[in-house]
Amino acid sequence: MSGAIALKAPDPAILSRREQIIADLADFLPAGTVISSERELKPFETDGFIAYRRMPLAVTLPRTTDEVAAILKYCAKYKVPVVPRGAGTSLSGGAIPQEDAVVIALTRMNRIIEVDYPNRCARVQAGVTNLAISEAVSADGFFYAPDPSSQLACTIGGNIGMNSGGAHCLKYGVTTNNLLGVKMVLFDGTVIELGGKALDASGYDLLGIVCGSEGQLGIVTEATVRLIAKPEGQRPVLFGFETSEGASACVTDVIAAGLIPVAIEFMDKPAIEICEAFAHAGYPLDVEALLIVEVEGSEAEMDAMLKAIIEIARRHGVKTVKECQSATEAALIWKGRKSAFGATGRIADYICMDGTVPLSQLTNVLRGTAEIVARHGLRVANVFHAGDGNMHPLILYNINDPDEARRAEEAGNDILKLCVDAGGCLTGEHGVGIEKRDLMTHQYTKADLDQQMAVRAAFDPDWLLNPSKVFPLEGRA
Amino acid sequence: MDHLYEPQTEADAAAMIADAAQAGRALAISGGNTRAGFGQKVDGAAFTSKRLRGIVAYNPSEMTLTALAGTPVAEIEAELADNGQMMAFEPADHRMMMGTEGVPTIAGLFATNTSGPRRFVSGAARDSLLGIRFVNGMGETVKSGGRVMKNVTGLDLVKLLAGSYGTLGFLTEVTFKVLPVPRAEATVVVSGLNDAEAAIAMSAALATSCEVSGAAHLPESVRWLFGKNGLPDGPATLLRIEGVEASVNDRVDRLKPFLQRYGAVSQIDQGDSQQIWCEIRDVTPFSEDGSCKPLWRISCAPSAGHQLLAALRLETGVNAFFDWQGGLVWMQMEGDAEAEMIRAYLKRLGGGHATLIRARDHIRAVTPAFEPQEKGVATLSAAVKAKLDPKGIFNPGRMG
Repeated sequence: MSGAIALKAPDPAILSRREQIIADLADFLPAGTVISSERELKPFETDGFIAYRRMPLAVTLPRTTDEVAAILKYCAKYKVPVVPRGAGTSLSGGAIPQEDAVVIALTRMNRIIEVDYPNRCARVQAGVTNLAISEAVSADGFFYAPDPSSQLACTIGGNIGMNSGGAHCLKYGVTTNNLLGVKMVLFDGTVIELGGKALDASGYDLLGIVCGSEGQLGIVTEATVRLIAKPEGQRPVLFGFETSEGASACVTDVIAAGLIPVAIEFMDKPAIEICEAFAHAGYPLDVEALLIVEVEGSEAEMDAMLKAIIEIARRHGVKTVKECQSATEAALIWKGRKSAFGATGRIADYICMDGTVPLSQLTNVLRGTAEIVARHGLRVANVFHAGDGNMHPLILYNINDPDEARRAEEAGNDILKLCVDAGGCLTGEHGVGIEKRDLMTHQYTKADLDQQMAVRAAFDPDWLLNPSKVFPLEGRA
Repeated sequence: MDHLYEPQTEADAAAMIADAAQAGRALAISGGNTRAGFGQKVDGAAFTSKRLRGIVAYNPSEMTLTALAGTPVAEIEAELADNGQMMAFEPADHRMMMGTEGVPTIAGLFATNTSGPRRFVSGAARDSLLGIRFVNGMGETVKSGGRVMKNVTGLDLVKLLAGSYGTLGFLTEVTFKVLPVPRAEATVVVSGLNDAEAAIAMSAALATSCEVSGAAHLPESVRWLFGKNGLPDGPATLLRIEGVEASVNDRVDRLKPFLQRYGAVSQIDQGDSQQIWCEIRDVTPFSEDGSCKPLWRISCAPSAGHQLLAALRLETGVNAFFDWQGGLVWMQMEGDAEAEMIRAYLKRLGGGHATLIRARDHIRAVTPAFEPQEKGVATLSAAVKAKLDPKGIFNPGRMG
């Protein structure tokens, strides 16, 4: 199906040169780097935002920064749009191609170049998966902190593009707070390095603006990321509540009490049922809302913190408190939470919203979300990062029913507007992509957007890098 | 005589800046001007935020605070302290180091991205900054970010403006994240280590699960310049632990025996510990005493800091101490600034950057305060500047 979001109309002049462009790319790239048959292109036509799809002109799978630079130089010369891609797990359509664009997929650049423990950092290629970094250093007692639910598949390049977060960001921050440097290729083929192993870079914080720029400023080919020593112990605890309001109020009070756990995850009843059926994590099924609160540190430290949190939870009518007894149980609890999206996908199609709101607005926005979804005659499951107010309502619908799909999209838009009106924002960690592009005017004034677009144009004056994303198609500078 | 601009509202500021842009009049942007004497001299009409004053919104249970740009840092810190909260990046007070008076402002902290010893755990000022309002060089009012903890909506102009020293826009309002004040702290001291040994000990301590929140090394040549604080004789390597009392005790008890293999271990508690980290943060050993000795701030890989100092000591008169596990070196020169020598060694040791914080006018006039950039990055930075301040009226030349 195809919904209401427009992509840029393909440029017929580029389409007419398709064969030539493919031949040229194949000519200067190693064999097997360019793919162009319909069968091979098919897997690249969409990403995690599956409601929209477009076949790209060609896909390239470079192995080196030089190859990326050569492709970009060629595309700049002939003004061919380029769409960068990691593992294609974007939930906002950030990696969806367009018919006149060459995709540069970084998945073959998947080497960990250097692990530097004295300086607690790792230098990796952009196509390395998020989890692979933590796995590489785990035995030595370190980890890479941002942990998006898709961490098994998603790449660090994609994480940088979207400034990805995850459940444990409450304590450790998101990608931008854990990124020390990048090597990146500008659209004209220039290779630059930003940052390095030092904590601060000199001059303007270009690294800060590249992170979360959704592949519009350049293509990152290498990253230097921070490694953190693992805590002595970690303990997730389940808190079941009779009402969503009770759970939300508990979150607010825990934070207000100055207790900052590593993670506070929220699930409502539909989400609990979906995840429990999939993961058998031992979630209580007789509650309306569930919090997964994870604390870490030494045994004494965890005990003290949990005691204080349990006290607060009791004030808000907690029904079940379940401390896990083993590492296996802890892993199961997280498996249930992290597979929420996949498990939901087993029972229905869904779109996942990502608005973030001030903590004091959690209850209001949950209630408003329920009303909006009911008004559109649909169902919703809520599973999100409550500690930082990052909501993820999953709107369930049937992708093959055009009317339902339209209603789902409308409900999503209404929910995001609600988040903005509550003092929040459209997206906390998934990115704008195409999904929220046309809502940007709800959050920003024309002057705000014009300034962002002007800065964007300093990197890519012709608007050829991932051009259909982030900014409304009308009124571009 | 140059005009003095003191806008009282954001709208005032926008109108004044639009006028200045029209006339092509350069503006010397400042908050409380407590870092006067830093960077290249700016010729322009003074334009200060100090009358944009006041806390706009603060809800402790949301852990965010919004304030007008010229709000004194002290006013905000007092309000936060009343609620058991703080700015986690440990904002430094640079008045002693710069030999200035005046009132540090909140936007000044962010415009200079000033971050203290907790930097490697809690991030820099830029990591705490959630949202801004500013006036660009055309006199247009722009907002970026917001007041929520996680926000990836659009380009992150917040990061770009943080640390831009008033050269990209005039900040009018900032919203930033705050955290609870740790209830207890203690510092484990390892004595007698040379700089290289200290680097190894700090790296080892940070690889433990003790969550060290400060790692500094004070060579013998600077240790005596710190206040009366119970430090034993000899060079001191300091590792700070913060948190609730039970966990501080627990982690100190684990860290001390671990560090005994490196040197003699002792401990300083709460009050003394707080004092010494304040002195490290504010660089008090190298306070301006009228001699205006050149002062450098070096940011490099933690393991490179001591190598840099060792190389320089063979060639010139220099005194220094290390913060951020060795990745931040404060260096005071006895004679010349030696910019080229410092930057050449730094490059050889894997890169980083050297910023000239303080020096006499004749040295500042010929020494780029900021590390010169590679051509590609310099071109890009200039292009970005042109998009925010096309007429080049904001602090011309300040960042080189």
